[in-house]
Amino acid sequence: MITKQSLEILSHIQIAEETFEVVLRSALSKELKPGQFVHIALPGHMLRRPVSIANVDPEAETFTMIFKIFGEGTRHLSKYQAGDKLDVILPCGTHYPIENLKLEHALLVGGGIGVPPLYYLGKQLKDKGVKVTSVLGFQSASQVFYEEKFQQLGDTFIATNDGSYGQKGFVTDIISELGSPFDYYFSCGPTPMLKAVTDQLADKKGYISLEERMGCGVGTCYACVVPLKADPTKNKKICKDGPVFLANEVSLA
Amino acid sequence: MSLTVNLPGLSLKNPIMPASGCFGFGKEYSQFYDLNQLGAIIVKAATGEARYGNPTPRVAETSSGMLNAIGLQNPGVEKIITDELPFLRQYHTPIIANIAGSTVEEYVKVAKTLNQSQDIAAIELNISCPNVKEGGVQFGTDPELAKQVTDQVKEASDYPVYVKLSPNVTNITTMAKAVVGAGADGLSMINTLTGMQINLKKRAPVIANKTGGLSGPAIKPIAIRMIYEVRQALSNVPIIGMGGIMNAEDVLEFLLAGANAVAVGTANFQNPNICPEIIAELPGILSRYGFESVEEAVGKGHIIHG
Ligand SMILES: Cc1cc2nc3c(=O)[nH]c(=O)nc-3n(C[C@H](O)[C@H](O)[C@H](O)COP(=O)(O)OP(=O)(O)OC[C@H]3O[C@@H](n4cnc5c(N)ncnc54)[C@H](O)[C@@H]3O)c2cc1C
Ligand SMILES: Cc1cc2nc3c(=O)[nH]c(=O)nc-3n(C[C@H](O)[C@H](O)[C@H](O)COP(=O)(O)O)c2cc1C
Ligand code: FES
Repeated sequence: MITKQSLEILSHIQIAEETFEVVLRSALSKELKPGQFVHIALPGHMLRRPVSIANVDPEAETFTMIFKIFGEGTRHLSKYQAGDKLDVILPCGTHYPIENLKLEHALLVGGGIGVPPLYYLGKQLKDKGVKVTSVLGFQSASQVFYEEKFQQLGDTFIATNDGSYGQKGFVTDIISELGSPFDYYFSCGPTPMLKAVTDQLADKKGYISLEERMGCGVGTCYACVVPLKADPTKNKKICKDGPVFLANEVSLA
Repeated sequence: MSLTVNLPGLSLKNPIMPASGCFGFGKEYSQFYDLNQLGAIIVKAATGEARYGNPTPRVAETSSGMLNAIGLQNPGVEKIITDELPFLRQYHTPIIANIAGSTVEEYVKVAKTLNQSQDIAAIELNISCPNVKEGGVQFGTDPELAKQVTDQVKEASDYPVYVKLSPNVTNITTMAKAVVGAGADGLSMINTLTGMQINLKKRAPVIANKTGGLSGPAIKPIAIRMIYEVRQALSNVPIIGMGGIMNAEDVLEFLLAGANAVAVGTANFQNPNICPEIIAELPGILSRYGFESVEEAVGKGHIIHG
């Protein structure tokens, strides 16, 4: 059940350049699924900021999110500290429907701030006994985070745009080299990356998670739509029908 | 303390209703609270056929507000009647249907189609739409066009019609008088003000449609001024006031300016529980400022000191 809560920040630490990991306590944590997001109010800002769920500890009733400073709102969020309260709507949106999928080997493809939701997804896949391979793209070495955590899930490959860490280039370069021994791919990241990945893996089954500027975050305002591939005169709401979609369901600009 | 308000077609337990386009058709916010608490609900605009709306980005944040250019996305009036409104039957809360169109004929068609529905109590006529037959001039900025569409919709509809005024005009009372003269049962004001935001890095407007409608606290003083002016000019016309309401003090300010009831729009996005929170605060605020009922406060902000 979606609700608005005032949540205590248990920890708030910097994990890479302008990138922060925040752990929040909520009794709803155990209901959160990979791919879902929370919608965060910040004093002085009219609109909430959507941020993905990056991990959940059901026993401790906590969840983790990871964000990068992008503009004023995320800069404000970077100033919070452990002990502060955050006004959050949760859980928002759809999840990667892995409970309904038969798969043995999953490919995770993340770019920048699209990497966080894939960690929680990868953990759940591994718990189900699925082999996980991760391909993560970042701008440069200073921005890389969670590499070791992904390595615990399975083979992990890093690409940086400037070549300062891992392989120079794009996630698609690494995917070409890997071939395609997996049954499903799951991808989250900037739209140009998603477009390249879905084109490259057009003959594979996959799920992608999208971003768009939001108003309500709960499905009432029609701010966050994406056109359908089969019928571009129709669209779906990213906040409610998404953010997770079948890779060939929506039309990426 | 009495919060009740009686307006044409609307018997309200309190003066608070969510504004059109900021509450969908109620389903989503019904997960947050019991919609029976609301005075009324104004649902998203209905047009003759389904509309896709504008390309994205459709919204931008501004100082104390937001811009939106949703482009009237909606499933069309028939689907709204069959698929959306029945959900709201479980609540004893009057529903106001918001109607929009590109031609007078489209408005009339929507109004007539809505006569088939038993689920609504009134119509809010959104005239902030471009008239495709008149070179895209907004119905709501030309007194003649506004008069014409009001007159035709009044004739077509079995329900009371509240005309929603556009603030993008130099003289709001001219517009108010035009639509009241054409038979409007009441007014609803204000809709959004046209604005723009430019992204410094991209050197381009943030909103794909380039311009968007400004809403939220940024427009509240304009809404208050316009309601005040219309109340001075038309002492008896029912007015549903809106524009930047965030709390019960704001509601009282709208009542003092001359509104009989109010709608809350953008604030729902920041706080989905805002309407019930305002309803709970309102009696305390009214009595703090010396009022024993909502109706008593209406138009009481027009004293000239000195
Ligand atoms: C479903 C979803 C999940 C997300 N998950 C994460 C995450 O896990 N970690 C992370 O760092 N970021 C994530 N983002 C992106 C994050 O929401 C934006 O970086 C953030 O809103 C920027 O706000 P700002 O005030 O710093 O930027 P500004 O540019 O000042 O923001 C201005 C307005 O634009 C909106 N906006 C700007 N960029 C985006 C964007 N990319 N997506 C949506 N709205 C945007 C803001 O919310 C705000 O309303 C996610 C976005 C979505 C839609
Ligand atoms: C996202 C959004 C969508 C809107 N859609 C409509 C609409 O469909 N019809 C209409 O008459 N007004 C629409 N409005 C205008 C509001 O109903 C209201 O008049 C305006 O936003 C001012 O109130 P506020 O400042 O409380 O939001 C919309 C406003 C927003 C922010
Ligand atoms: S943000 Fe309002 S419908 Fe998605």
